[in-house]
Amino acid sequence: MVENRPLANFITHLVLVLGVIAIALPIWITFVAATHDEIRMAQAPLPLWPGNQLWINLKQTLFGTGLSGTETAPVWLMLFNSLSMALMISLGKIAISLLSAFAIVYFKFPFRMTCFWMIFITLMLPVEVRILPTFEVVANLGMLNSYWGLSIPLIASATATFMFRQVFLTVPDEMLESARIDGAGPMRFFWDILLPLSRTNIAALFVILFIFGWNQYLWPLLITTDTSMTTIVMSIKQMLEAAEQSPQWNIIMTTALLAMIPPIFVVISMQKLFVQGLTETDK
Amino acid sequence: MADIKLTDLTKSYGPTEVLHHIEGDINDGEFIVIVGPSGCGKSTLLRMVAGLETVSSGEIQIGGKRVNELEPSARDIAMVFQNYALYPHMSVRENMAYGLKIRKLSKAEINRRVEEAADILEIREYLDRKPRQLSGGQRQRVAMGRAIVRDPQVFLFDEPLSNLDAKLRVQMRLEIRKLQQRLGVTSIYVTHDQVEAMTLGDRLMVLNGGYVEQFGTPIELYDRPASVFVAGFIGSPAMNFVPATSDNGVATLPNDAQVSTSLGGHSGSVLIGLRPEHLIPDDAGAISIDVEMVEQLGANTLLHGTLSGTDHAMVASVAGHVTADGDSQHRFRIAPDLVHLFDLQTEKRLAI
Amino acid sequence: MLKRVHFPSSPLPYLLVAPQLAITLIFFIWPASQAMYQSFLIEDAFGLGSEFVWFENFQVLWEDSHYHAAFWRTAVFSVLVAALSMGFALILAGFAQRVVRGAMFYRTLLIWPYAIAPVLAGALWVFMFNPTLGILTYFLKHLGITWNHYLNGGQAMTLVILAAAWKQVAYNFLFYLAAMQSIPNSVIEAAAIDGAGPGRRFWTIIFPLISPTTFFLLVINMVYAFFETFGIIHAVTQGGPGSSTTILVYKVFNDGFVGLDLGGSAAQSVILMVLVIAMTVVQFRYVERKVEY
Repeated sequence: MVENRPLANFITHLVLVLGVIAIALPIWITFVAATHDEIRMAQAPLPLWPGNQLWINLKQTLFGTGLSGTETAPVWLMLFNSLSMALMISLGKIAISLLSAFAIVYFKFPFRMTCFWMIFITLMLPVEVRILPTFEVVANLGMLNSYWGLSIPLIASATATFMFRQVFLTVPDEMLESARIDGAGPMRFFWDILLPLSRTNIAALFVILFIFGWNQYLWPLLITTDTSMTTIVMSIKQMLEAAEQSPQWNIIMTTALLAMIPPIFVVISMQKLFVQGLTETDK
Repeated sequence: MADIKLTDLTKSYGPTEVLHHIEGDINDGEFIVIVGPSGCGKSTLLRMVAGLETVSSGEIQIGGKRVNELEPSARDIAMVFQNYALYPHMSVRENMAYGLKIRKLSKAEINRRVEEAADILEIREYLDRKPRQLSGGQRQRVAMGRAIVRDPQVFLFDEPLSNLDAKLRVQMRLEIRKLQQRLGVTSIYVTHDQVEAMTLGDRLMVLNGGYVEQFGTPIELYDRPASVFVAGFIGSPAMNFVPATSDNGVATLPNDAQVSTSLGGHSGSVLIGLRPEHLIPDDAGAISIDVEMVEQLGANTLLHGTLSGTDHAMVASVAGHVTADGDSQHRFRIAPDLVHLFDLQTEKRLAI
Repeated sequence: MLKRVHFPSSPLPYLLVAPQLAITLIFFIWPASQAMYQSFLIEDAFGLGSEFVWFENFQVLWEDSHYHAAFWRTAVFSVLVAALSMGFALILAGFAQRVVRGAMFYRTLLIWPYAIAPVLAGALWVFMFNPTLGILTYFLKHLGITWNHYLNGGQAMTLVILAAAWKQVAYNFLFYLAAMQSIPNSVIEAAAIDGAGPGRRFWTIIFPLISPTTFFLLVINMVYAFFETFGIIHAVTQGGPGSSTTILVYKVFNDGFVGLDLGGSAAQSVILMVLVIAMTVVQFRYVERKVEY
């Protein structure tokens, strides 16, 4: 900062604090709602300070019947489903993108550019624009209501492939030459040299993809009809619908809290990797 | 250890030929320096020997065996790269051991070789560090260590000193030479630095535009340069060139001065080459220089100027201190057998 | 594009690209071409047969006033979401980069919403705006405003825009902060020596220098508003009341899965595809321009 005037500093911090409050307010309100009982949460005005019911709400949400009057899977199972889906999507994307980027950068083979463009085109086809036919394909393959159906159709990713391609291109050519003189074959080079060299990029990408996978909404909504396959994020919709009949905001907001804690935890605890991943994949 | 034989070696990228019919026999244990300006094809030639570039035509033999089709790892060579190409995620020890591990040597043997090489290069205390924790000179040593542990038939060096500062470069140059003499491994070393080439090589291969200009010992190259290019490339400051007419042992310079040469029985237009250090101050000498600038180097003095009456640039290197102000005329003589004559058209040396 | 040296040719590269290509073919290219094919078909009333009708589905959309309305609604919606979240993020980043030591601290507090799914963002905001209980509704009542987004289309749209923009502030903030921090300090100091105050420096030096980021974020935010906000709308308003929050992507879903108008829905998908492709091309043009710097 060029100037160091007390007033300017004060205004700067004031604006930032107000901004933080505005951004954090919805999350705070959610947290507060998760700490009061059902009766308190049905009286206006709603509380702004936390109560003491958090553990009771958590217990009821996670292992109890959840929202009364609905037929849903237990929330712990939803969390497990979400975790499985997020991990399968993120790890699957990383694995297949690493392999295809390796092939495209380090091999010269017929139809190399065809492969490149076929991968590129996935960038232009988000799931929303091809919902119905993709649904049909998954249904025909018998993958409805399965983890495979939840994750595989979302696994192909041009962005991840491009990012790894970029990373591999910055690895000096001499690395490969040296490995060849050392007698390393392609797969050995991939495992021993290329993977260790890209590990921070892999970790950064994992953070982004985990959040992407965890937050999927439309796709799980379409292909799961069995309640035991419900993910936590899609359950919010059912809860909101139920809320119109019998408001149990303490339970709904506890569920919402549980749905956002894992991705928020990942973002905050791996902030540096997260920022790196975000700016690299979207370049 | 082995000899290397290059036969009619050619390299083309598509229709453009970048190396033309290279011939060369390298003896067992010899240290060969390939030298030339950037883009002359010297690195390409080295990489062809390494197996990193394919051979368009011709043949490479190592130890009497054709290696054209062999993978780099099967040629029993080791290479030191310009940027060292150390694996950044491995420790020094792992870097040196990697090739041996792939060759499935026993752990004990790997350790023995790594530690032996580390002792030779005095890098034992760095064995467990990562490359990024080392200085440029230390990385250079590790890169050499990685070559030594493989106990190869041939060492290949691709401008290994060009990333170091000047002082370290001189020191490492001596070490590489000592190391090679001690191990006696046939070596090919690529550089664009003529001083490095002269001090390191048993023999030098001067490349220019994909052609071998000359292949010989440093002294041969200095005393009997085969072409204007070699004459100008080897020696510092560079040789002076002046067009002249030669007539049976006498050359007439553009300012009508006459210089005796050892080339009898020849007449016609030539390019005459005079090394700055061979010009001896002599008030009765035939060569007159209009000095414009004086550089005092301590041990000797460089006089920069033009051949009197012309605008051909001339440099003379005179032993000791010479005080001369700009804009003065100095006269020099030169021994007839130190005058180099080149054909004006082909720029090849006229045999003496 | 390719390394100077590469491995000798073998079947290996085909094996390496096979998984990604298979998934791309089965789940991307085949469905997308199916969508294109279906957009030329009209199913009969009983869903028993279908007829190839060329561009009739598109023609119907062209003349459909509901579709026109949804199109313009989407345009207004995405522009407002982009403007709101980018404007807010720009202000915050502009102040945050002035704070030398605290910038990372504020960043930590501001990036949370990125991790929250759009549908959850919708749930959080619908809770605050709940007509009977919501905290913001309560404050609005004191200001004399009656809030009920179940009945009032404008209020429903406002709610959806707020939720969508709120979630995206974190993303925009990160990119703006990174762009501002990459401006060399000497440029700012030179402007200060020239006598420009903080506000003037921001508008005449910093803002023009980060204009590539602004452009890039504009495209990203438009794509986000077009597609990823589906969850918010589906969970919070179901496109209503009436069709006041029915944006294009929601209409594709609704006409296809709920209305079972396969041809019409497919034609809408194709139009959306064209829009994404256009935006992707624009974005890549931006990347090329950035390289020239």
